[in-house]
Amino acid sequence: MNLNIDVAEGNEKSVVKLSGEIDAYTAPKLKENLLPLTKKEGHQTEINMEDVHYMDSTGLGIFISALKSTNENDSDMRLVDLQDRVLRLFRITGLDELITIDTAIRGGNE
Amino acid sequence: MEKFDFVEMKVPAQAEYVGVVRLSVSGIANRQGFAYEAIEDLKVAISEAITNVVDHAYYQEDNGEVTIGFGVYDDRLEVMVSDHGDSFDLSEIKEGIGPYEGTESVENLSEGGFGLFLIDALMDKVEINNNHGVVVLMTKYLHKAEVGLDDDQISTTQ
Repeated sequence: MNLNIDVAEGNEKSVVKLSGEIDAYTAPKLKENLLPLTKKEGHQTEINMEDVHYMDSTGLGIFISALKSTNENDSDMRLVDLQDRVLRLFRITGLDELITIDTAIRGGNE
Repeated sequence: MEKFDFVEMKVPAQAEYVGVVRLSVSGIANRQGFAYEAIEDLKVAISEAITNVVDHAYYQEDNGEVTIGFGVYDDRLEVMVSDHGDSFDLSEIKEGIGPYEGTESVENLSEGGFGLFLIDALMDKVEINNNHGVVVLMTKYLHKAEVGLDDDQISTTQ
């Protein structure tokens, strides 16, 4: 019931590797780590969700704020390698149309 | 009267306990024979209901408690989440919940707007009673859970 956030920060692109659960308890920590990356103009943030096995609407809320921030700061964010259950929530809410979700490289070690 | 088991939990209305209740509902639903997909739906729906209480309690002086009741029936699981706190305006909450439909701008999207929508989408029946605090009553049926990916699930109800 925790979330590990591993940030590999580069000049043009950062990769955020998440593992664990995104809920009301862990979401503030995620927001704290994610938002500063999206505020850098022209910066690309890739969020690897391969090991996120639970997420609820608090997680959706964080990604909505991050998306708003990318629009304001001309930066870019994409989610990659989502588990089916997590991807489903983006689909049900229609947010998959707004947020860039890369499902092509989905696969791996399930 | 229909026979059922009742399990009740009371936890502080704090974010760190949402996961504790999530584990509990997972255990109860697993015991009942719900399929994996249905258990994941239950976990999200119950977490949403408790998060609502936690968010609401955050603005009050004493944080309060949230009471969760599980009605374990042969054919379904009923989950009650009660905040024992102040009432809030239900019509105000219901207003504007729903999926994103491409008509509104990103700036107008609410960060906390999807909780009730998800509960409604993931459970078979949702009732909200606003008379004494807020009570959310959610029901998920067992047989519906067997349709879908997990076809090897053997029904315990006939």
